[in-house]
Amino acid sequence: MIEFEEPKPITKQNYMLKTVADNMMRPVSRYFDENEHQIPWDYITFMHTAQKATGIGGGLAPGETKKDADGKERPRIGWQMLAFQLEMLSWGDVGIFLCTPGGGLGSAAIDAAGTPEQKQKFLSRFREEQPAFGAMAITESGAGTDNSAIRTTAVLDKEKNEWILNGEKIFVTGGQKSLEEGNGLVIIWATIDPSAGRAGIRSFVVEAGTPGVKVTKLEHKMGIRASDTASIVLQDCRVPFDNILGSPEVQAKTTTGFKGAMATFDNTRPLIAATAVGVARATLELLKEILAQQGIAIRYGLPRQKLTSVERDVIDMEMMLRSAWLLTIKAVWMADNRISNPKEASMAKVRGGDVVTKITQKAVEIMGPMGYSRDLLLEKWFRDAKISDIYEGTGQINRLIVARNILGYRGADLR
Amino acid sequence: MYSFEPTEEQKMLIDTVARYAHSNLRPASHDADEEGQLPIDLIKKGWELGVLQASTPETYGGFGEHSSVTGVLATEEMAWGDLAATISVMAPGLFAVPILLAGSEDQKKEYLPTIVEGDWAPYSAALIEQHFDYDPNELRTTATRDGDYFVISGEKFYVPFAKEAKTMLVFASLNGQTQGFIVPSDHNGIKIGERQKMLGIHALPAYPVKFDNVRIQSTNRLGGENGHDFSSILASYWLTTAAMALGVSKGALEYAIDYAKEREVFGMKVAQKQAIAFMLAEMATEIEAIRVLTWEAAWMLDTGKEDAYKEAYLAYTGAADMAMMVTDRAVQVLGGHGYIREHPVEKWMREGRGFAMLSGMAII
Repeated sequence: MIEFEEPKPITKQNYMLKTVADNMMRPVSRYFDENEHQIPWDYITFMHTAQKATGIGGGLAPGETKKDADGKERPRIGWQMLAFQLEMLSWGDVGIFLCTPGGGLGSAAIDAAGTPEQKQKFLSRFREEQPAFGAMAITESGAGTDNSAIRTTAVLDKEKNEWILNGEKIFVTGGQKSLEEGNGLVIIWATIDPSAGRAGIRSFVVEAGTPGVKVTKLEHKMGIRASDTASIVLQDCRVPFDNILGSPEVQAKTTTGFKGAMATFDNTRPLIAATAVGVARATLELLKEILAQQGIAIRYGLPRQKLTSVERDVIDMEMMLRSAWLLTIKAVWMADNRISNPKEASMAKVRGGDVVTKITQKAVEIMGPMGYSRDLLLEKWFRDAKISDIYEGTGQINRLIVARNILGYRGADLR
Repeated sequence: MYSFEPTEEQKMLIDTVARYAHSNLRPASHDADEEGQLPIDLIKKGWELGVLQASTPETYGGFGEHSSVTGVLATEEMAWGDLAATISVMAPGLFAVPILLAGSEDQKKEYLPTIVEGDWAPYSAALIEQHFDYDPNELRTTATRDGDYFVISGEKFYVPFAKEAKTMLVFASLNGQTQGFIVPSDHNGIKIGERQKMLGIHALPAYPVKFDNVRIQSTNRLGGENGHDFSSILASYWLTTAAMALGVSKGALEYAIDYAKEREVFGMKVAQKQAIAFMLAEMATEIEAIRVLTWEAAWMLDTGKEDAYKEAYLAYTGAADMAMMVTDRAVQVLGGHGYIREHPVEKWMREGRGFAMLSGMAII
C-alpha cells in the first residue's frame, strides 16, 4: 500500500537529532566556517558518546532485521533511518556533520563488499572508547569520475602475504581525521593489474598508523570548511593480504570486483541527496522566517498569474525540496527492501544536487544585500550546497547512469 | 511506514486501465485529435473499466471506498493513452465526485447510484472562467440567496459536454466562498455557446456557458443547507490534473526514448549522444520526482492530513512545469520530425501547456 507515514523510530530519532543540530551545530556553524581545519571536538565527543548509548548517529550501514517481542520481523527501515539522520544533521551544519565520528563512507564500503570477518575486524573500532573516523579515497589528480584511470597500484608480496600500495590520492573527505585523529581507517582504491582497466580495480583497507601512508595536504574549499579534504600519499605502504575488499583474482574481461565497489554508491548516493535536502531545508526555512517577519505571507493555492515573484519562487522551492526528499526516501526505501535501485539512487542524487544549488542561490538573491552578508548563514549554505552536486558522483555522471538505465544501455553504449 | 508499492487491487486496476490505454486509446488518439471527436464506444468502454465505480461505496452503487491514491494511479495510466479521452471517460465523475466528497446524504442517494450503476452518460461541471487571472477561490460567477432559491449569474469557460449533459455542477461565489450548485442544463437563463477551439485536447467537446439569473432551489446547493468545504474538492482537481500530466509526460518520454534509440546520426544512435541522453535522464527524473510528490499529496488527502491542500497545490504546480518541460523536450529530441503531426509528440506538447490552466476539467 502506498503510504507516507513517518515511522515512529524515525520521528523519535529526528526529535533527538534536532536538539543536537540546534544546540551543538548551529551555534558554532559560523565559527567553524571561518576557522577552516579546526576540528569540532565538542560535537564529535558528544556524538560518539550518544552513538554508543543509543546506536543512533553512527553513520554505520544499517544492521540486520529487528524482531518484535513476539518474534515477528519488523519492516527494515535502516537506510531510511540513516537518510533522515543525515538530512537533520545537515540541516544543522553539513560541514560539521561530515566530521561525525564513525565509519562514514569507509564503513559503507566495507559493509557492501566485505566478508563477515572483515566487517568484524574493521568496523568494531567505531564502537570503542575513543572516537574514530573512516574515509574513502578514490580520486587522483588524473582520475575522478573515470576511476578506471586510477594509477595507485597494489602489488602482492607473496612471501610476506601483503599488499604494497603506492600512489597519491586527493580530495579524501575526512582523510586527515581518519588517519591522524584516532584509530580510524581509509579505503584506498587501487589497481592490482594496470593493464586490466576496470577489471583490475580493488579497494583496500588501510588502518591509521600503517607505515607508508601520510596526509600531505589539506584543501582550502568554497564551503563545508569544517570538514577536512585531504591528500594522501602511499609510499610502499604494506597492508595484510586480507585487507582487500572483494576477490584478489583478476578475471579476464570481467569487472565483477569493480562493480562490487561501485555498488556502494547505490547506497551512498541517496544519502548525499539527503544531506543536500538538509541544507536546502535549512535555507528555505530561514528564508520563509525572514519573509514572515517582513510581513510577507505565501499564498498557497493561487493561480500563478496572481502570485508575486517572491511567492512563486518560494512555492517552486518548496515543490523542488519536497519532491527531491521523496525521491531520496524512495531510493533508500528500495535499499531497505532489497530492491535494486541504481536508477533511483542516481535520480535522487541528480535532483538533490540540483535543488540545493537552485534553492540556496535563489534564497541569497531574494534576500538582496542581506543575502550576500555573512551576518546570515544563507551565503554559507550557498557555498556548502555546491559540493552536493559534485561529490559521490557529479550531477553529470549521475545523469549518465539514469540515462543508461532508462535507455537499457551499458557503459559501452553510452559513454 | 513509507511504501511505494500499490496494493494488489490497485495493481489489477492499473493493469486493466493500461491495457485499455494501450490497445484502445493510443490507436485512436491521432485521428480523434485531427477530427475533433472520439468514438462514443471508446468512451463507454473506458467507463466500464470501473475507475469511478471502484472509488464509490456500495451504498451508492459502487464497490469501494473513495481513494485519491487509486484515482491518481489509474488516471496516469489512462492519460498515457489519450488526454481528451481520459477527460471524456471521467466526465460523469466531474459531476459525481464532488457529490461523493461533499454532497449531502440526500444528494448522494439521489444522484450517485444512477450515475455509477449506469452506462456512461454526459455529465459536467462548470468551474473555469474566462479571464487571465481566473482563480477558483475567487470566482466572478456569483450565487445570491433569494428565499428558498439561489440565483446564479456569470460566465463559465471550457465546460466539457455542456451541450450534451442533462445536469451539471456549477461553482459560484457565495459571499466570497466558492460553492457548488446542482443545475439542470435546461433551466431558464442558461445559454450554451459554440463549441470551443483550443490549443490542444481537440477531441474534447467543451463549451462556454452563460448563466443569466438562473434560479435554482436552495436544496441544490452542494452539501445541502450549510454548503461544503471547497478546499478538498479543489485539491482533488489539482491532483487529477497532476496525474494526467504524469501520464502524458510518461508517454512523451517513452516515445522520445524509442525514437532516440532508432535514429542514426554520425554512425551511432542519437540516444548515444550525451546531449540527448542527458535530456532524457532529466525528463525521467522530473517525472519520477513529481510522481512521488503527487502520490504523497493523494495519500495526505485520503488520510485527512492537515497540509494535504498545500501539498496537492505543490504537486499540481510541479506537474504543470514537468509536463511543459518533458513534452517540449520530446519534440526537441525528435527534431524536425517532432514538429510533424504524424508523430504524437507535438500533440502532447500542446496538451502539456494546458495543465497549468485547465485544472477543473476532470476530478477523481
